Amino acid sequence: MHPVLKTVLQRLGLGVLTLFAVSIIIFSSLQMLPGGYAQNILGQGATPETVKNFNHELGLDRPAYVRYVEWIGNAVQGDFGNSYSGTTGTIKRSVSAIIAPRLYNTFFLAAMAAVVAVPLSLLLGVLAALYRNSWYDRIVNSITLTTIAMPEFFIAYLLMFFFAVKHRWFYSLSTVSESTSFWEHVNRATLPALTMTLVIIAHMMRMTRASIINLLASPYIEMAQLKGVSKSQVILRHALPNAWAPIATVIAFNLAYLVVGVVVVEVVYVYPGIGQMMVDAVSSRDMPVVQACALIFAATYILLNLLADIVSITTNPRLLHPK
Amino acid sequence: MSTDTTAPLRNIKARRTTLENIVRNLKTAPVSAWFGMIVILIYAIFAIFAPWLAPHSENEVIGKAYEHGSSLALLGTDQIGRDLYSRLIYGARNTIGIAVITTLVSFLVGGSLGVLAALKRGWLDQGVSRVVDAFLAIPVLIFALMMLAVVGKSVVNLIIILALLDATRVFRLSRAVALNAVVMDYVESAKLRGEGMGWIVFKEIVPNILPPLITEFGLRFCFVFLTISALSFLGVGVQPPTADWGSMVAENKTLITFGNPAPLYPAAAIALLTVAVNFVVDWFLHKTSGLRDGK
Repeated sequence: MHPVLKTVLQRLGLGVLTLFAVSIIIFSSLQMLPGGYAQNILGQGATPETVKNFNHELGLDRPAYVRYVEWIGNAVQGDFGNSYSGTTGTIKRSVSAIIAPRLYNTFFLAAMAAVVAVPLSLLLGVLAALYRNSWYDRIVNSITLTTIAMPEFFIAYLLMFFFAVKHRWFYSLSTVSESTSFWEHVNRATLPALTMTLVIIAHMMRMTRASIINLLASPYIEMAQLKGVSKSQVILRHALPNAWAPIATVIAFNLAYLVVGVVVVEVVYVYPGIGQMMVDAVSSRDMPVVQACALIFAATYILLNLLADIVSITTNPRLLHPK
Repeated sequence: MSTDTTAPLRNIKARRTTLENIVRNLKTAPVSAWFGMIVILIYAIFAIFAPWLAPHSENEVIGKAYEHGSSLALLGTDQIGRDLYSRLIYGARNTIGIAVITTLVSFLVGGSLGVLAALKRGWLDQGVSRVVDAFLAIPVLIFALMMLAVVGKSVVNLIIILALLDATRVFRLSRAVALNAVVMDYVESAKLRGEGMGWIVFKEIVPNILPPLITEFGLRFCFVFLTISALSFLGVGVQPPTADWGSMVAENKTLITFGNPAPLYPAAAIALLTVAVNFVVDWFLHKTSGLRDGK
């Protein structure tokens, strides 16, 4: 078997295994609830019969492994059960139906930020690496160090204060609905996307700079320079083929970071995405929703890292041209 | 004047004392590191002496809600008329205190497990490492949110959850650096000398892996501090009426649409501290690793 294919398959297997382990962790967290779930929902005054009925209705009286298999089996088909917020009433709300439009909104926002942030930070990072220790490098370095250290909500409120309150250029609250047109959606999501762009540009640029500098310090680059290859050729022919792997890692790491950063930013701008939904569900202890959100966030995080690994493997010159 | 015909011996010291070393290092610190250290010192003073420095107490209502800055309340009042400035000062104590405790616990758990795993290897190392790998695949903020939904919101739960989650990250690093130390000859000779486990860990391994761990402590503190602030901001971390910077931002957030920068003050307080710690850590990294690019 071709070594590339073999390594990719190994990595995929490992990824599936990680997803499995993570789903078990997320599922079993619910079992750790002190006093059982029903007691928490129904209150201290609940009679044993009500608790029993409640548990039976939700299927909580069955053994844990049966429930896990059912939960994960339905989850991979996109069904996360019913939200607890409607159980005491007559209307059952399906978690998937609540999540679907919000998931679209979140991916919309993340994609907006990524489209701007990825090319820009790669460019800035490579420039900083090529002209390292210049004024440009130093200024960019201290600015990014400062931006990284700031909480997302500080940047978010700062932007909101200046661009939405002092100068009314953008919306301070990003209310969008399903009837919002595409460009209106872009317009309303500008400030949250800008906040996330600023946060990840700093990370990405520093990581790009570090990995390019690391690469340029390799002996084969020095060899190429010494034998008189032009500067652009050194970068394009010698450095770039080996740079895809670190660049893919940097991009994936930061997109994964975006997944987490989205939670705070959505809450600041009251953007109806999955992050805000998870926070609401945590406050009301609506466990099916919390678990579904946690699984989606974790799966996105794992898949992005897996993707980066696969890109690194498939572009690795050493693996592509085996001896 | 021939009292000292014999040339005086130069005063040679065997080694510098710790204090001299510290002074020597401080003299070479760059401006950014000095800035960082001074800011951290000021924060520490405010955190420790909060009751004496704050003009009002933590939860005292001194006037109407949402008043602008005046001689009574320097930065104005919050949503129920408490002095923002006093709450900022008490917030230093609460927010930084919780973050420091959390980081200490995570280093105690993660660090000792990491060193032990590196020293013992075998099933202990394998077992803990695999569990940690699974936990590393979930973002901390998401996991913390989920666990807080399960066990309920309280400061103790917050500290335990974040400390344990963070310990997985500390474990990875301390195991990696300890692995390099346990194969050294001095550890081997200590073992042959018949030293006990405690001696080997605390006298041979820990002093040699301390510099990277101290740097990591600074970075982990920043991370924990930001995560706690984010969770409090989201309303699931430190609960009112405790003055805490993250929840203060959330409490006053409506003010910003009226052009009042009140929520920016606590947010800036968080940002300034993490920036300061980062500057110091950056300098420390530069000094201890020598691996940074440039020189």
